[in-house]
Amino acid sequence: MIQRIWRLGRRGCELLEALGRSGQFLLQSAVGVPSREGWYLWLRQMHFVGVLSLAIVLVSGLFIGMVMALQGYTILVDFGAEQALGQMVALSLLRELAPVVAALLFAGRAGSALTAEIGLMKATEQLTSMEMIGVDPLRRVVAPRLWAGFVALPLLTIGFSVVGIYGGYLVGVEWLGVFEGSYWGNMQASVDFVGDVGNGMVKSLVFALVVTWIAVFQGYDLIPTSEGISRATTRTVVYSSLAVLGLDFVLTALMFGEFS
Amino acid sequence: MKRSKTMELGVGLFMLAGILGLLFLGLRVSGLAFSPPGDTFRLEANFANIGSLKPRARVTMSGVTVGRVSSIELDTDWYDARVILEIDRALEDRLSRDTTAAILTAGLLGEQYVGLTVGGDPETLGDGDTIRDTQSAVVLEELIQQFVSNMISD
Repeated sequence: MIQRIWRLGRRGCELLEALGRSGQFLLQSAVGVPSREGWYLWLRQMHFVGVLSLAIVLVSGLFIGMVMALQGYTILVDFGAEQALGQMVALSLLRELAPVVAALLFAGRAGSALTAEIGLMKATEQLTSMEMIGVDPLRRVVAPRLWAGFVALPLLTIGFSVVGIYGGYLVGVEWLGVFEGSYWGNMQASVDFVGDVGNGMVKSLVFALVVTWIAVFQGYDLIPTSEGISRATTRTVVYSSLAVLGLDFVLTALMFGEFS
Repeated sequence: MKRSKTMELGVGLFMLAGILGLLFLGLRVSGLAFSPPGDTFRLEANFANIGSLKPRARVTMSGVTVGRVSSIELDTDWYDARVILEIDRALEDRLSRDTTAAILTAGLLGEQYVGLTVGGDPETLGDGDTIRDTQSAVVLEELIQQFVSNMISD
């Protein structure tokens, strides 16, 4: 019994320590004057986490928009309200689906790769050698990846929404025959730029911060063995997915939850 | 160096696509129009009952949207609802003084909005004026009550 309580206490202390380390780590690597060389490093990461993630994010967005239009139509047509299809597709994409699904895909596509890359650098002692020759690995390796993640995910989320709404248009208007004017018109009447698009962007900024932070920290903080790398990569995907889904509820409650 | 050029181009295109996407979301999806904030004027209207009218609801005239509800508050002098309307600047001093405002419902279950109908008075409404002739929202319970009491009195 005492043994169990002791173990619980040790777990708690370890958790707090890891949280503290990761906060310190985030501050140290995100702050720093970007040099010209740093800008190139950021560019390269931007290409990797942003441009190369574009395909999977856009294709998922298209299919999610199409499926939503199809499902929404079969329900709405029972009430004779298929004109509301545009606003249903647009609001659910902008408020919830685009930030969350893009963040989940981003965690799987880019986050895990970041963890594995930094983890392997640590396991092969590249990070230590950098310190030996007087290069700060936090600024050289970690900072460009963090900033690339912060910028790339909101852009990917925008792409997801646009393609999803277009997918809804393809299915709803071109295939199922909803009147085109009411698809766009009802959407424009109900979507508020600040309230819906803006809050969606805030969400995706928060998710970008959390997902990239978790990915980079897991890579930097892992046990430098092959098993450690595989565990850290798994942890990145699991932790960031849970964090995104949990935070999404909190953010939704804060943004759309007031009953005024 | 050549490899890095194409990479730069890719990142540049990616960011450009993001900005264009945001523009699309703004203009096409949320119907944002670049109207300067100053091109509306204020009208007030007191209603005995506003039903479920909300701020930002549409103000229409013959079905055309001409403004929106900016705020709703309780008038403590008369204990009725004072609704502040923001109307297009183009209509300032063009609406007659006996314009009526009614709270209408879009469809059977739709949202409520304010409908304006012009009268024939040569005097016109300017910024900050009050619409005198108003018609409250139809509350279903009151209708039913009236119907029932008419049935009993017959």
